[in-house]
Amino acid sequence: MTETSYRPAEQPAGTGSSSEPYLVVEDLTVRFPTADGLVQAVTGMSYTLEQGKTLGIVGESGSGKSVSSMAIMGLHDYKRTRMSGSIRIGGREVIGLSSEKMRSIRGGDVAMIFQDPLTSLHPFYSIGSQISEAYLAHNSVSKSQARAKAIEMLDRVGIPQPKSRVDDFPHQFSGGMRQRAMIAMALVNDPKLLIADEPTTALDVTVQAQILDLLQELQRDFNSAIIIITHDLGVVAEMADEVLVMYGGRAVEHGPTRELLTHPEMPYTWGLLSSVPDVSADTDARLIPIPGNPPSLLDPPSGCPFHPRCPHVDKVPGDLCRTELPELVVGNRPGHTKRCHLANADAIYEAEVLPEIAPDLVELTIADSNAAADGGDPTGHDATPGAGSVAPEKR
Amino acid sequence: MFGYIVRRVISGLLVLLVVSMAVFALFFYGPANPALAYCPETRCTPTRLANITQQLGLDRPVAQQYGEYMKGIVAGNDFKAGAITIPCPAPCLGVSFKLRVNVTDYLMGKFPATLSIALGSAVIFLLVGVSSGIFAARRRGTLADKGIVGVSLVINAVPYYLLALLAYLLLISKWGIFPESGYHPLLTEGPIAWFKGLILAWLVVGISSSTQYARFSRGSMIESMNEDYVRTARAKGLSERRITLKHALRAAIVPVVTIFGLEFAYLLAGTIFTERIFDIQGIGLTGLQAIGTKDLPIISATVLIAAAFVVVANLFVDIIYSVIDPRVRLS
Repeated sequence: MTETSYRPAEQPAGTGSSSEPYLVVEDLTVRFPTADGLVQAVTGMSYTLEQGKTLGIVGESGSGKSVSSMAIMGLHDYKRTRMSGSIRIGGREVIGLSSEKMRSIRGGDVAMIFQDPLTSLHPFYSIGSQISEAYLAHNSVSKSQARAKAIEMLDRVGIPQPKSRVDDFPHQFSGGMRQRAMIAMALVNDPKLLIADEPTTALDVTVQAQILDLLQELQRDFNSAIIIITHDLGVVAEMADEVLVMYGGRAVEHGPTRELLTHPEMPYTWGLLSSVPDVSADTDARLIPIPGNPPSLLDPPSGCPFHPRCPHVDKVPGDLCRTELPELVVGNRPGHTKRCHLANADAIYEAEVLPEIAPDLVELTIADSNAAADGGDPTGHDATPGAGSVAPEKR
Repeated sequence: MFGYIVRRVISGLLVLLVVSMAVFALFFYGPANPALAYCPETRCTPTRLANITQQLGLDRPVAQQYGEYMKGIVAGNDFKAGAITIPCPAPCLGVSFKLRVNVTDYLMGKFPATLSIALGSAVIFLLVGVSSGIFAARRRGTLADKGIVGVSLVINAVPYYLLALLAYLLLISKWGIFPESGYHPLLTEGPIAWFKGLILAWLVVGISSSTQYARFSRGSMIESMNEDYVRTARAKGLSERRITLKHALRAAIVPVVTIFGLEFAYLLAGTIFTERIFDIQGIGLTGLQAIGTKDLPIISATVLIAAAFVVVANLFVDIIYSVIDPRVRLS
């Protein structure tokens, strides 16, 4: 069984390591042996990411998004984890790398921002000392130089009066400022890849926007690749060039953000879109939760892992959903891959799902296609639920 | 901070006041008459008993005696017994019934021995306990971890006096591996004699106390190794040694400080079994002997000193807390 990964059109497949994208993940599998059995946290995951680009990884809790990203950082306890496949960072294979060599990559070329900045910062050390510690770990400079660097980074991420705030402790910062400090700490060594694990989940909505803006701004300046892990499709639409949807430890849909969010072809992605509330939507629009719970990773369902929760199983001939795992392949629409047996997913989405979750958009689409028939813009309008926030032009 | 300390000192003094009243009450309203201890059993006539009672000053009302005791602590109180006067400047804890000496001076003379035991064994149980706790936490679930937890449980299950007695009988009396124990003052007899006389006592107190530190710091360490900030430290690319010692241990040590503060106070108040078995004349042994002779001033003084140590240790732990944890503000 081969895994096909989505590749952007301008990136020819199968080139040598010198020109391959900065991050290449191939057939990544992560297993945790536990007393209850083997936890199949991530199975056969593949993707690539170039510098300056952003990949959004979306999924429910326990879908394997964090586990797969922690694997890139080598943050799993190697004694309690079985990993296979390949992760190449800048052409260097990191699976099986000695812990000493992994340590030089961690925090240097690859840095990570965590979900809750309060618990992720050490409560007993000042913000400044925690940032300069990260700098000192990868640069042989004096403590005062590291401190100056910490002040410079705090200023860079928009902390007012960085010279005096540098000696503050985390509990003296507000939530948004803590996350800014975490970002400063992650970026202090100019990482080429930044992994942001739900960076805005613990923050106020207004602060969320500021943090996302800051990340985009810093990405432009540092030209880093960003992996943003989230369950918030609004964040993905705002930040990501590409989206990878995960379910039950596997990639189930993968493509460019705008394409994937406007023409999703996997019922799980539809479910995610249906669960997003939209402030500007018609009040008739329904919020439809995905029924049931995420699958057990100890004993995943047979066939397609989503079939116990999928409302479209009866549209697939035979017992295919229950018996056979669909491949991650290009579906009805070129340019993005999906893991689903549905033959005419695109049509089902427009006919059944979209009217339920975004009736106003459907009317808009019909009006648009009428206009197009009258000789207007032939590309038409994209029908997108959760509008407003979804797929604005990237700055 | 200053106001907080003043308030804590005042409340501590109130605690000590209540403790001193309780000791007095127990003694006077308890089942035994202290004067009987000084009245020879065979020739104890009622006149003689009354005489002794009067000599010890026990015939006066309890409230008056308590008042004099308190006055002695604050202002000093010279004792006159016939022709001899025993000077007792403040803080005067009374004059021993049996030894006819100033209790404050007497106990001050016994204190260095107790302090020596406490300091030496604290070094051992902190070093052995905390480091084996960290070691076990780092290797959680392995044979080494299970071994440390198992050994600590076994040592903990053996009554302390049995452990100390066996150590003395076997290691000193029978096999002679360790030198004869006893207290030799550091200043007058030199460090070698001091060390030789105390080493086994330190080891016994240290090892038996280290078991709870091992288990406590192991649990605390496992907890802090799972904290998000330890993951952050790892994500920064720090060395495993630095992650363990600077990030995880720093947080794990805070609760250990609490039990250490109280444990050290108890040690200073006198290690009765240790002093008795290893024949070290400290506060604990003195208190034990005073109970045998119903020597009220010494008993109440040792109880009061023990209570004072616990009060001071608690205050000290709180102040240390505010130093090691920047989130704690004393107010």
